[in-house]
Amino acid sequence: MALDTTAAVQPLGLTFDRVSHGNDIGKSVLPVLDEVTLDIRPGEFVALLGPSGCGKSTLLRLAAGLEQPVRGRVEGDGKPVAAPGPDRVLVFQDATLFPWRTVRGNVESGPEARGELAAKRARVDEALALVGLDAFGEAYPHQLSGGMAQRAAIARALVNDPRLLLLDEPLGKLDSLTRLNLQKDLVRLWQARGFTAILVTHDVEEALLLADRVILFSPRPARIVQEVRVDRPHPRRRDDPALIATRSALLARLGVLEDV
Amino acid sequence: MTDAIDLRQAGSPAVLPFRLWREAAWAALAWGATAAVTWGLPDVIQWGATGLFALLSAAVALVFLALAFLVPLRGKTEGALIHYGPWYIALGLWLLAWEILTAKLGWLPKPFFSPPQGLLHVFVTDWDRLLICIAYTARLWGLGFFLGITLGFAAGVGLGWSRRFAYWGMPLLKLIGPVPASAWIPCAFFLFPSTFHASVFLVALASGIPVAILTASGISQVNRAFYDVARTLGATARWQVRNVAIPAALPNVFVGLFMGLYYSFAVLVVAEMLGAKFGLGWYLQFNTAYSAYANVYAALVVMALICAGLVRVLFVVRDRVLGWQKGIL
Repeated sequence: MALDTTAAVQPLGLTFDRVSHGNDIGKSVLPVLDEVTLDIRPGEFVALLGPSGCGKSTLLRLAAGLEQPVRGRVEGDGKPVAAPGPDRVLVFQDATLFPWRTVRGNVESGPEARGELAAKRARVDEALALVGLDAFGEAYPHQLSGGMAQRAAIARALVNDPRLLLLDEPLGKLDSLTRLNLQKDLVRLWQARGFTAILVTHDVEEALLLADRVILFSPRPARIVQEVRVDRPHPRRRDDPALIATRSALLARLGVLEDV
Repeated sequence: MTDAIDLRQAGSPAVLPFRLWREAAWAALAWGATAAVTWGLPDVIQWGATGLFALLSAAVALVFLALAFLVPLRGKTEGALIHYGPWYIALGLWLLAWEILTAKLGWLPKPFFSPPQGLLHVFVTDWDRLLICIAYTARLWGLGFFLGITLGFAAGVGLGWSRRFAYWGMPLLKLIGPVPASAWIPCAFFLFPSTFHASVFLVALASGIPVAILTASGISQVNRAFYDVARTLGATARWQVRNVAIPAALPNVFVGLFMGLYYSFAVLVVAEMLGAKFGLGWYLQFNTAYSAYANVYAALVVMALICAGLVRVLFVVRDRVLGWQKGIL
């Protein structure tokens, strides 16, 4: 795969400074984030782990600029994140491909929306090749398997050369084999392009396989309860004893007993 | 079957067993019977194109007879032609029964029921006036329908996309929308400078309102995540309307277009019956007044063909535009 032709990007450093947030649910506001402070270095791969519905996804939406925090500040390279932009792209749990566009049309949508398509056609082909979908450019989303759709969504994000890639359980709905392959692909892409990555996941093992740092959250409203640095080199093995030990500790912290 | 095998064993060229497309043969028989009855038996009264109708039926019978032999020779066993085989028989029998009950026995009350040759007579003698009426109707329908769906679509996009537009527009649409377009007829005819303008307005109203309502609801139902994706990719609001909201709403828009199409036909004929000087609706009205029921039936046949044809065209357009939906529906 022609990885060396894709220029590495200038990764984004991200800071959450005492961020609190709530979701408006009609009459009252449901607190979702409670004083979250987190510093993410440029080029770091951080996994956010926690019970479901605890507010991890909200953190990603704030980082993407899709929402503004109720209190506190979210800053990218020291500047407040005010609006969504193509340097911080979000990949969702559902691929959310535009069903009326072909795979290529989906990948093209970012450059097209910014009026840069003419200059970026070669990059579209490159992004499709990068995720192994070069033969499926003319296919429509309903013709793709779940894994292929998610690859297409990743290509749609990568073609914009994001400095920060936000991954909201992108592998959550895939079968376990597809999942293993895509986990490897994510590490490969991250190493090749050098972007900063934040991954929300329920899967402790996935977090440990991919991330430099795993942040553990409490149930809603989310607070950071633990940080684990993972300094094993890539490629990592899931039967690495050090990782297995960390995994047990994290699972215990999440309230899951070892023999489950 | 055994004969054929014996022949081949004897070394002579393979002879295909004799085969016949049965339905076509029966159809030939039915159409032939129609021709024979029409020609051979006397009419109760003078109807017009009796000879021509007999001739045409006989020609159709001959075509089916030829097809009965030719189609098996070509080795065809499926396709639209063969699929409709039973229909050809039914049509022949229908014409036969119709011919006997009206022209030959005169059992059906006379001015109201016309035999096939009566309708044929209208097409042969009054085709020029029918064509002019079709042209007038087409002009009125075309102007009204396309004006209606264009404005309806634009209004629907505005209502679905803009909160402020929806705040003022939605209550109006909900109030006016359910009123049948024909209820506007009394006002329309004095509000507009001419009956033609009034008729265009009525057709536009009938076709535009369902398009507006369904476009608006389609756009407001678009999955929010698509907008989130578009925003993170750096899309402007304009791009989101054109490339997310509208394509996502298109399936709904087409439902509105189909409804609008049917409503437009209904209003079209009523409007023409009331004020027009030409047009198919006027033709119906005019000939009913003269008890020329053969002309009425002839116009109905023309209208059925035109309306069904337009519906068919819309289906083709929809299948083209919504090709990406295959497998989702």
